[in-house]
Amino acid sequence: MARKWGMVVDLDRCTGCEACVVACRAENNVPTVGEDQAGRGRAMHWIRVERYWEGEFPEARLKFRPVLCQQCDAAPCEPTCPTYASHHTSEGLNAQIYNRCIGTRYCANACPYSVRFFNFYNPVWDKPFHLQLNPDVSVREVGVMEKCTFCVQRIQAAEIQAEAEQRDLKDGEFNPACVQTCPPKAMVFGDLNDPGSEVARLTRSNRATQLLGELGTRPSVTYFEAESWEEGEKDQG
Amino acid sequence: MSEKTIAQVNEDLLRPVLRTTRRFWIAVLLLGSVVAAGIGAFGYQVWNGIGVWGINRPVFWAFDITNFVFWIGISHAGTLISAILRIADAGWRRPVTRCAEVITLFALMIGGIFPIIHLGRPWLFFWMIPYPSERQIWPQFRSPLAWDFFAIGTYLTGSFIFLAYPMIPDFALVRDKVTGWRKKLYTVLALGWRGTPRQWHRLEKAMHIMAIVIIPVAVSVHTIVSWDFAMAPVPMWHSTIFGPYFVAGAIFSGIAGLIIAMAFLRKVLSLEDYLLPVHFDNLGKLLLTMCLVWVYFIFSERLTVWYGNESAEMAVFWTTQRGPFAPLFWTMVFCNFIIPFPLLAIKRFRTTITGVVIASWTVVIGMWLERYLIIVPSLSHKYLPYTYGSYRPTWVEVTILVASNAAMGLLYILFSKFVPIVSIWELKVGSHKPPVVHHRLSVVRDSSPTGASAIDDGLLTTDQ
Repeated sequence: MARKWGMVVDLDRCTGCEACVVACRAENNVPTVGEDQAGRGRAMHWIRVERYWEGEFPEARLKFRPVLCQQCDAAPCEPTCPTYASHHTSEGLNAQIYNRCIGTRYCANACPYSVRFFNFYNPVWDKPFHLQLNPDVSVREVGVMEKCTFCVQRIQAAEIQAEAEQRDLKDGEFNPACVQTCPPKAMVFGDLNDPGSEVARLTRSNRATQLLGELGTRPSVTYFEAESWEEGEKDQG
Repeated sequence: MSEKTIAQVNEDLLRPVLRTTRRFWIAVLLLGSVVAAGIGAFGYQVWNGIGVWGINRPVFWAFDITNFVFWIGISHAGTLISAILRIADAGWRRPVTRCAEVITLFALMIGGIFPIIHLGRPWLFFWMIPYPSERQIWPQFRSPLAWDFFAIGTYLTGSFIFLAYPMIPDFALVRDKVTGWRKKLYTVLALGWRGTPRQWHRLEKAMHIMAIVIIPVAVSVHTIVSWDFAMAPVPMWHSTIFGPYFVAGAIFSGIAGLIIAMAFLRKVLSLEDYLLPVHFDNLGKLLLTMCLVWVYFIFSERLTVWYGNESAEMAVFWTTQRGPFAPLFWTMVFCNFIIPFPLLAIKRFRTTITGVVIASWTVVIGMWLERYLIIVPSLSHKYLPYTYGSYRPTWVEVTILVASNAAMGLLYILFSKFVPIVSIWELKVGSHKPPVVHHRLSVVRDSSPTGASAIDDGLLTTDQ
């Protein structure tokens, strides 16, 4: 069976440190748009940590939710693209083909998670940051949509390596940058079609929920919430 | 009303084509420079990147698609209305049809530009067109944007044919009246029209077919435009009412646009004897009908959303009813209903051209706001409150909007320079008051078959 990449994010472990955000930027050459553009709502971060307050002061609590592309199985972004720039791979990823993107931005409007990012200008890296660009990841030009790829370059590299060594991929052999860097180990990545993988085991947990799953997008990212976000209510998990 | 001879009609309606006033040049210069400014703004956008617009995440569409839907809506003025009036054989349509059909053609041309210039990489727009590429990549036929391409392409072609056929006898008339370079031009345009019975018969048949074919095309175009929104799971976009709601809105704004254009032509080209108060009265009644249909639709849409009380939709709902978009929303209600309704419903106001024209202006403004209010509040309040955003246009977007209006004016003025804006032959045919359509054309057939201005004697009553 073909692989199907998926992720589990344990919200009760997430401390909101945003290390995943930093790691993602470094790994995927995500441009920094600068103060002015960020103020116009054009900041780019393929993964973000959403912060919500729960309750009233002084009883207030912070809740964090890392949100990245959910790599939906029924992704609204895919059929809306008139040029096939947004399409589904055989391994369950929502691929974005930068070269094919003409910038209608329809995919980003259709995405309920708002995890698609548009290059309003050509990206620039102030010196010496241009030296730290990851050579495995292409940079994107003006007018092109971009988004989380589950670090497809790492997936490809691991698959090629395993094939060269004539063996199967091991669970946890590689991880996307965000998962690799997460200090409290709130994120787990792996093949959902491998019933023995940790991510598949966790996804079967009754703590598992999906972000906006009611929209029928069938996301590949699962969130764990032991405690409800509503104060006082406890989840059955 | 006044009775005019054929010669007078020819003189009145050909005057704008044959005589060029200073006013014409001033208008062309003014509008042309505004259009040039718009092209300049677009160039600036291409050079720097689309970031010079105010769009952001999550409001990825704003003025661009608002203008697109607005102009496609205006385009429903013409072909659809004129086709319905032709099929219904409403005699009063005769002086109106051509002004209306021209609006369709130009509004489609202008509207169709927006999906191209709003692209992040507009130079690659042709990837939306299905062409045999060496990479064997086709457009995504499941995408409503690909449907748009076919819908607008079909409507543009159809409405061009619908406009062009009845122009042929008038081109022949001009050809027979002029000399010099104009003679050469109109000889080509008249396509060898000699006014033989066979030619008249074919024209009549072609117009009948086109009038019937163009109505479903027009309805489908704006339905497909509405599906750009309705197909996406965005709060208050994902609605089954959008198809008919958009079609009704399009006809509403289209009639308003037509009335404004007619009032303008009447004044500038001194067509007071042709575009009569009765035309404005009749179109005002149509506008009134569409006004009520529009109110019905927006009420149904809002009521079901409010009653359903779905959290993401309610966020959008309240932002338009009493949140930051409320001033625009209530302005829209004023413009689309509260002002035009009494102006059109009360006979004393409707029978004055001024009343109908004021109502039309408010409707055009209101319908532009309506499209804006469909697009921006929904995008700025999608599901996750963390991603809520806002939008403010920049000078580039405003310039392009103004320029699109100037382009409409410019194209209209240039058109009325080259083509009699009132269909002369149809006006003459209508004046003979025969009992049924076929007899009416037989009148034409019986008369001199050699000239385009076949009906050349008798009195012509322009009153309806």
